[in-house]
Amino acid sequence: MCSYIIEKTAVSGSAKGPNGWMRIDTANVYFDHPYHAPLDHALAIDFVCEADGAKERVAVELSAESARALVKNILAALASGEAAHVR
Amino acid sequence: MSYPSLIAETVTFTGHNGDRGEAYYARPTRAEKFPGIVVVHHLPGWDEWIIEVARKFAHHGFAATCPHLYFRNGPGSPDDVGARVRASGGVPDDQVVGDVAGGMAFLRAQPNANGKVGIIGFCSGGRHAYLCACRIDHVDAVVDCWGGNVIVDDKSQLNVKRPVAPIDLTENLRAPLLGLFGNDDQNPAPEQVNRTEAVLRRLGKDYEFHRYPDAGHAFFNTKRTAFRAEQAADGWAKIFAFLRKHLAA
Repeated sequence: MCSYIIEKTAVSGSAKGPNGWMRIDTANVYFDHPYHAPLDHALAIDFVCEADGAKERVAVELSAESARALVKNILAALASGEAAHVR
Repeated sequence: MSYPSLIAETVTFTGHNGDRGEAYYARPTRAEKFPGIVVVHHLPGWDEWIIEVARKFAHHGFAATCPHLYFRNGPGSPDDVGARVRASGGVPDDQVVGDVAGGMAFLRAQPNANGKVGIIGFCSGGRHAYLCACRIDHVDAVVDCWGGNVIVDDKSQLNVKRPVAPIDLTENLRAPLLGLFGNDDQNPAPEQVNRTEAVLRRLGKDYEFHRYPDAGHAFFNTKRTAFRAEQAADGWAKIFAFLRKHLAA
Protein backbone atom coordinates (compact mmCIF):
# COMPACT_ATOMS: atom_id res chain seq x y z
CA MET A 1 0.00 0.00 0.00
CA CYS A 2 1.03 3.64 -0.40
CA SER A 3 0.78 5.86 2.64
CA TYR A 4 2.12 9.07 4.14
CA ILE A 5 3.27 7.28 7.30
CA ILE A 6 6.76 8.52 8.12
CA GLU A 7 8.96 8.24 11.20
CA LYS A 8 10.60 11.64 11.15
CA THR A 9 13.86 11.62 13.12
CA ALA A 10 15.92 14.64 14.06
CA VAL A 11 19.57 13.84 13.34
CA SER A 12 22.84 15.73 13.49
CA GLY A 13 25.55 15.04 10.96
CA SER A 14 26.46 15.03 7.26
CA ALA A 15 25.69 12.98 4.18
CA LYS A 16 27.30 12.77 0.78
CA GLY A 17 24.68 13.62 -1.86
CA PRO A 18 24.67 14.22 -5.61
CA ASN A 19 26.52 17.54 -5.13
CA GLY A 20 29.00 16.43 -2.48
CA TRP A 21 28.83 16.59 1.30
CA MET A 22 25.84 18.29 2.89
CA ARG A 23 24.62 18.94 6.41
CA ILE A 24 21.59 16.88 7.41
CA ASP A 25 19.15 17.49 10.23
CA THR A 26 16.39 14.94 9.49
CA ALA A 27 16.06 11.30 8.56
CA ASN A 28 12.61 10.42 7.14
CA VAL A 29 12.07 6.69 7.60
CA TYR A 30 9.17 4.79 6.05
CA PHE A 31 8.19 1.33 4.86
CA ASP A 32 6.41 1.46 1.53
CA HIS A 33 6.72 0.63 -2.16
CA PRO A 34 10.25 1.46 -3.27
CA TYR A 35 11.21 3.56 -6.26
CA HIS A 36 14.30 1.61 -7.35
CA ALA A 37 14.89 -1.51 -5.24
CA PRO A 38 13.28 -4.61 -6.79
CA LEU A 39 11.11 -5.26 -3.73
CA ASP A 40 7.39 -5.08 -3.10
CA HIS A 41 8.05 -3.01 0.04
CA ALA A 42 11.26 -1.46 1.30
CA LEU A 43 12.50 0.36 4.35
CA ALA A 44 13.36 3.76 2.93
CA ILE A 45 15.50 6.37 4.60
CA ASP A 46 15.77 9.90 3.19
CA PHE A 47 18.48 12.01 4.79
CA VAL A 48 17.68 15.71 4.27
CA CYS A 49 18.38 19.15 5.65
CA GLU A 50 14.97 20.62 6.38
CA ALA A 51 16.56 23.86 7.54
CA ASP A 52 17.70 24.32 3.91
CA GLY A 53 14.29 23.36 2.51
CA ALA A 54 15.18 19.70 1.85
CA LYS A 55 16.49 20.70 -1.60
CA GLU A 56 18.33 17.42 -2.01
CA ARG A 57 18.42 14.09 -0.25
CA VAL A 58 20.51 11.01 0.23
CA ALA A 59 18.13 8.07 -0.15
CA VAL A 60 18.40 4.36 0.55
CA GLU A 61 15.87 1.56 0.06
CA LEU A 62 16.44 -1.70 1.98
CA SER A 63 14.64 -4.97 2.41
CA ALA A 64 13.05 -5.35 5.85
CA GLU A 65 15.55 -8.09 6.69
CA SER A 66 18.58 -6.00 5.79
CA ALA A 67 17.14 -2.97 7.60
CA ARG A 68 16.89 -5.04 10.80
CA ALA A 69 20.45 -6.30 10.30
CA LEU A 70 21.60 -2.72 9.82
CA VAL A 71 19.91 -1.58 13.05
CA LYS A 72 21.71 -4.35 14.90
CA ASN A 73 25.08 -3.44 13.37
CA ILE A 74 24.61 0.28 13.97
CA LEU A 75 24.20 -0.47 17.67
CA ALA A 76 27.16 -2.89 17.63
CA ALA A 77 29.42 -0.33 15.91
CA LEU A 78 28.44 2.30 18.46
CA ALA A 79 29.11 -0.05 21.36
CA SER A 80 32.53 -1.14 20.18
CA GLY A 81 33.50 2.26 18.77
CA GLU A 82 32.60 4.19 21.90
CA ALA A 83 34.44 1.63 24.02
CA ALA A 84 37.56 2.09 21.90
CA HIS A 85 37.47 5.82 21.34
CA VAL A 86 35.51 7.53 24.07
CA ARG A 87 37.27 7.99 27.34
CA MET B 1 -0.25 -2.07 -41.44
CA SER B 2 0.69 1.06 -39.56
CA TYR B 3 0.44 2.39 -36.04
CA PRO B 4 -1.28 5.72 -35.32
CA SER B 5 0.95 8.73 -35.18
CA LEU B 6 1.13 10.43 -31.77
CA ILE B 7 2.58 13.50 -30.23
CA ALA B 8 3.54 13.71 -26.55
CA GLU B 9 5.03 16.74 -24.83
CA THR B 10 5.16 18.79 -21.66
CA VAL B 11 2.77 21.72 -21.68
CA THR B 12 1.68 24.39 -19.25
CA PHE B 13 -1.75 24.16 -17.66
CA THR B 14 -3.66 26.37 -15.25
CA GLY B 15 -4.56 24.63 -12.03
CA HIS B 16 -5.84 25.43 -8.58
CA ASN B 17 -5.80 29.13 -7.62
CA GLY B 18 -4.81 29.98 -11.18
CA ASP B 19 -1.33 28.51 -10.54
CA ARG B 20 0.44 27.52 -13.74
CA GLY B 21 2.34 24.26 -13.81
CA GLU B 22 3.47 21.51 -16.11
CA ALA B 23 1.40 18.66 -17.51
CA TYR B 24 2.19 15.85 -19.91
CA TYR B 25 -0.09 15.92 -22.94
CA ALA B 26 -0.27 13.00 -25.37
CA ARG B 27 -2.71 12.64 -28.27
CA PRO B 28 -3.07 11.22 -31.79
CA THR B 29 -1.99 13.60 -34.55
CA ARG B 30 -4.73 12.75 -37.03
CA ALA B 31 -7.37 15.39 -37.73
CA GLU B 32 -10.27 13.99 -35.70
CA LYS B 33 -12.06 14.68 -32.44
CA PHE B 34 -10.98 12.58 -29.46
CA PRO B 35 -12.36 11.87 -25.99
CA GLY B 36 -10.26 13.43 -23.24
CA ILE B 37 -8.82 11.72 -20.17
CA VAL B 38 -7.05 13.31 -17.21
CA VAL B 39 -4.53 10.86 -15.76
CA VAL B 40 -3.95 11.38 -12.02
CA HIS B 41 -0.56 10.14 -10.85
CA HIS B 42 0.20 8.04 -7.81
CA LEU B 43 1.73 9.06 -4.48
CA PRO B 44 5.38 8.55 -5.57
CA GLY B 45 4.89 11.26 -8.17
CA TRP B 46 4.87 12.33 -11.81
CA ASP B 47 7.15 9.56 -12.99
CA GLU B 48 8.08 7.67 -16.11
CA TRP B 49 5.41 5.01 -15.65
CA ILE B 50 2.55 7.51 -15.48
CA ILE B 51 3.61 9.35 -18.64
CA GLU B 52 3.81 5.97 -20.37
CA VAL B 53 0.16 5.58 -19.33
CA ALA B 54 -0.65 8.91 -21.00
CA ARG B 55 1.03 7.74 -24.21
CA LYS B 56 -0.88 4.44 -24.02
CA PHE B 57 -4.14 6.39 -23.95
CA ALA B 58 -3.03 8.42 -26.97
CA HIS B 59 -2.17 5.22 -28.82
CA HIS B 60 -5.71 4.03 -28.12
CA GLY B 61 -7.35 7.19 -29.48
CA PHE B 62 -7.65 9.51 -26.49
CA ALA B 63 -6.31 12.98 -25.79
CA ALA B 64 -4.62 12.43 -22.43
CA THR B 65 -3.13 14.89 -20.01
CA CYS B 66 -1.30 14.09 -16.81
CA PRO B 67 -0.90 17.21 -14.64
CA HIS B 68 2.12 17.28 -12.35
CA LEU B 69 0.33 17.54 -9.00
CA TYR B 70 3.62 18.27 -7.21
CA PHE B 71 4.76 21.15 -9.45
CA ARG B 72 4.66 23.55 -6.51
CA ASN B 73 6.97 21.36 -4.40
CA GLY B 74 10.40 22.33 -5.55
CA PRO B 75 13.06 21.06 -7.91
CA GLY B 76 14.45 17.63 -8.49
CA SER B 77 13.81 14.32 -10.17
CA PRO B 78 10.30 12.82 -9.82
CA ASP B 79 11.38 10.55 -6.97
CA ASP B 80 13.10 13.40 -5.10
CA VAL B 81 10.01 15.63 -5.43
CA GLY B 82 7.76 12.71 -4.46
CA ALA B 83 9.85 12.07 -1.35
CA ARG B 84 9.61 15.75 -0.40
CA VAL B 85 5.82 15.68 -0.78
CA ARG B 86 5.57 12.44 1.20
CA ALA B 87 7.59 14.00 4.04
CA SER B 88 5.24 16.97 4.14
CA GLY B 89 2.15 14.74 4.39
CA GLY B 90 1.01 14.99 0.80
CA VAL B 91 -0.79 17.69 -1.20
CA PRO B 92 -4.17 19.17 -0.15
CA ASP B 93 -7.31 17.65 -1.62
CA ASP B 94 -8.64 21.10 -2.59
CA GLN B 95 -5.48 21.72 -4.58
CA VAL B 96 -5.73 18.37 -6.39
CA VAL B 97 -9.38 19.00 -7.24
CA GLY B 98 -8.43 22.40 -8.67
CA ASP B 99 -5.53 20.95 -10.65
CA VAL B 100 -7.62 18.11 -12.10
CA ALA B 101 -10.39 20.56 -13.01
CA GLY B 102 -7.67 22.60 -14.73
CA GLY B 103 -6.55 19.52 -16.65
CA MET B 104 -10.13 18.90 -17.76
CA ALA B 105 -10.51 22.50 -18.90
CA PHE B 106 -7.25 22.23 -20.81
CA LEU B 107 -8.53 19.18 -22.74
CA ARG B 108 -11.92 20.74 -23.47
CA ALA B 109 -10.20 23.84 -24.87
CA GLN B 110 -8.22 21.88 -27.45
CA PRO B 111 -9.44 21.86 -31.08
CA ASN B 112 -9.34 18.03 -31.07
CA ALA B 113 -11.81 17.71 -28.17
CA ASN B 114 -14.99 15.69 -28.74
CA GLY B 115 -16.52 17.35 -25.66
CA LYS B 116 -16.30 14.37 -23.29
CA VAL B 117 -13.65 14.15 -20.57
CA GLY B 118 -13.00 11.44 -18.00
CA ILE B 119 -10.61 11.01 -15.08
CA ILE B 120 -8.46 7.99 -14.27
CA GLY B 121 -6.21 7.66 -11.23
CA PHE B 122 -3.88 5.05 -9.77
CA CYS B 123 -3.13 4.48 -6.07
CA SER B 124 -3.59 7.83 -4.31
CA GLY B 125 -4.61 9.00 -7.78
CA GLY B 126 -7.49 6.52 -7.65
CA ARG B 127 -8.67 8.13 -4.43
CA HIS B 128 -8.22 11.55 -6.04
CA ALA B 129 -10.22 10.43 -9.10
CA TYR B 130 -13.09 9.29 -6.87
CA LEU B 131 -12.91 12.54 -4.92
CA CYS B 132 -12.80 14.72 -8.04
CA ALA B 133 -15.79 12.91 -9.58
CA CYS B 134 -17.74 13.84 -6.43
CA ARG B 135 -16.66 17.47 -6.48
CA ILE B 136 -16.20 18.55 -10.11
CA ASP B 137 -19.10 19.15 -12.51
CA HIS B 138 -19.31 17.53 -15.95
CA VAL B 139 -17.04 14.55 -15.35
CA ASP B 140 -18.19 12.10 -18.02
CA ALA B 141 -16.54 8.95 -16.60
CA VAL B 142 -14.18 8.08 -13.75
CA VAL B 143 -11.82 5.15 -13.20
CA ASP B 144 -10.46 4.35 -9.74
CA CYS B 145 -7.48 1.97 -9.88
CA TRP B 146 -6.87 0.63 -6.35
CA GLY B 147 -7.37 3.97 -4.60
CA GLY B 148 -6.79 3.52 -0.89
CA ASN B 149 -8.32 5.66 1.86
CA VAL B 150 -11.60 6.26 0.04
CA ILE B 151 -12.94 4.85 3.30
CA VAL B 152 -11.25 6.21 6.44
CA ASP B 153 -12.01 4.20 9.56
CA ASP B 154 -9.43 5.89 11.80
CA LYS B 155 -10.77 9.45 11.91
CA SER B 156 -7.45 10.66 13.35
CA GLN B 157 -6.11 10.16 9.81
CA LEU B 158 -8.29 13.03 8.57
CA ASN B 159 -6.37 16.29 8.63
CA VAL B 160 -6.34 19.78 7.18
CA LYS B 161 -5.05 18.48 3.83
CA ARG B 162 -7.50 15.55 3.63
CA PRO B 163 -10.39 16.63 5.86
CA VAL B 164 -13.12 14.44 4.36
CA ALA B 165 -13.16 10.76 3.43
CA PRO B 166 -14.21 10.53 -0.24
CA ILE B 167 -16.79 7.86 0.64
CA ASP B 168 -18.73 10.54 2.53
CA LEU B 169 -19.11 12.54 -0.70
CA THR B 170 -20.48 9.63 -2.78
CA GLU B 171 -23.96 11.13 -2.89
CA ASN B 172 -22.52 13.85 -5.18
CA LEU B 173 -21.01 11.35 -7.63
CA ARG B 174 -22.66 11.91 -10.99
CA ALA B 175 -20.22 10.15 -13.32
CA PRO B 176 -20.24 6.43 -14.13
CA LEU B 177 -17.46 4.79 -12.12
CA LEU B 178 -15.17 1.86 -12.94
CA GLY B 179 -13.11 0.44 -10.07
CA LEU B 180 -10.27 -2.07 -10.41
CA PHE B 181 -8.77 -3.74 -7.32
CA GLY B 182 -6.35 -6.51 -6.44
CA ASN B 183 -7.61 -8.97 -3.83
CA ASP B 184 -4.17 -9.10 -2.15
CA ASP B 185 -4.09 -5.32 -1.67
CA GLN B 186 -4.15 -4.01 1.91
CA ASN B 187 -5.11 -0.46 1.05
CA PRO B 188 -7.78 -0.74 -0.12
CA ALA B 189 -8.39 -4.13 1.46
CA PRO B 190 -11.12 -6.32 -0.10
CA GLU B 191 -13.41 -5.61 2.85
CA GLN B 192 -13.09 -1.86 2.22
CA VAL B 193 -13.81 -2.34 -1.49
CA ASN B 194 -16.94 -4.28 -0.52
CA ARG B 195 -18.05 -1.46 1.78
CA THR B 196 -17.46 1.13 -0.93
CA GLU B 197 -19.55 -0.94 -3.32
CA ALA B 198 -22.33 -1.20 -0.75
CA VAL B 199 -22.48 2.60 -0.52
CA LEU B 200 -22.57 2.96 -4.31
CA ARG B 201 -25.35 0.40 -4.55
CA ARG B 202 -27.36 1.99 -1.76
CA LEU B 203 -27.14 5.40 -3.45
CA GLY B 204 -28.10 3.97 -6.85
CA LYS B 205 -24.84 5.00 -8.56
CA ASP B 206 -23.77 3.83 -12.02
CA TYR B 207 -20.67 1.74 -11.32
CA GLU B 208 -18.84 -1.47 -12.07
CA PHE B 209 -16.13 -3.02 -9.87
CA HIS B 210 -13.66 -5.72 -10.85
CA ARG B 211 -11.54 -7.57 -8.33
CA TYR B 212 -8.48 -9.55 -9.39
CA PRO B 213 -7.14 -12.63 -7.60
CA ASP B 214 -3.38 -13.03 -7.12
CA ALA B 215 -2.89 -9.30 -7.55
CA GLY B 216 -2.01 -6.66 -4.98
CA HIS B 217 -1.46 -2.94 -5.05
CA ALA B 218 -0.29 -1.36 -8.32
CA PHE B 219 -0.57 -4.57 -10.34
CA PHE B 220 -0.51 -2.57 -13.60
CA ASN B 221 2.91 -1.10 -12.84
CA THR B 222 5.44 -2.73 -15.13
CA LYS B 223 8.28 -1.17 -13.14
CA ARG B 224 7.36 -2.94 -9.91
CA THR B 225 7.49 -6.51 -8.60
CA ALA B 226 3.72 -6.11 -8.13
CA PHE B 227 3.13 -6.26 -11.89
CA ARG B 228 0.73 -9.01 -12.94
CA ALA B 229 0.63 -9.36 -16.72
CA GLU B 230 -2.62 -11.29 -17.17
CA GLN B 231 -4.61 -9.24 -14.69
CA ALA B 232 -3.22 -5.97 -16.08
CA ALA B 233 -4.10 -6.94 -19.66
CA ASP B 234 -7.67 -7.70 -18.61
CA GLY B 235 -7.85 -4.49 -16.57
CA TRP B 236 -6.71 -2.34 -19.48
CA ALA B 237 -9.26 -3.96 -21.78
CA LYS B 238 -12.00 -3.14 -19.26
CA ILE B 239 -10.79 0.45 -18.95
CA PHE B 240 -10.83 1.08 -22.68
CA ALA B 241 -14.25 -0.56 -23.14
CA PHE B 242 -15.70 1.51 -20.28
CA LEU B 243 -14.21 4.81 -21.47
CA ARG B 244 -15.11 4.23 -25.12
CA LYS B 245 -18.71 3.63 -24.04
CA HIS B 246 -18.99 6.70 -21.79
CA LEU B 247 -16.75 9.19 -23.60
CA ALA B 248 -18.12 8.71 -27.13
CA ALA B 249 -19.27 12.00 -28.65
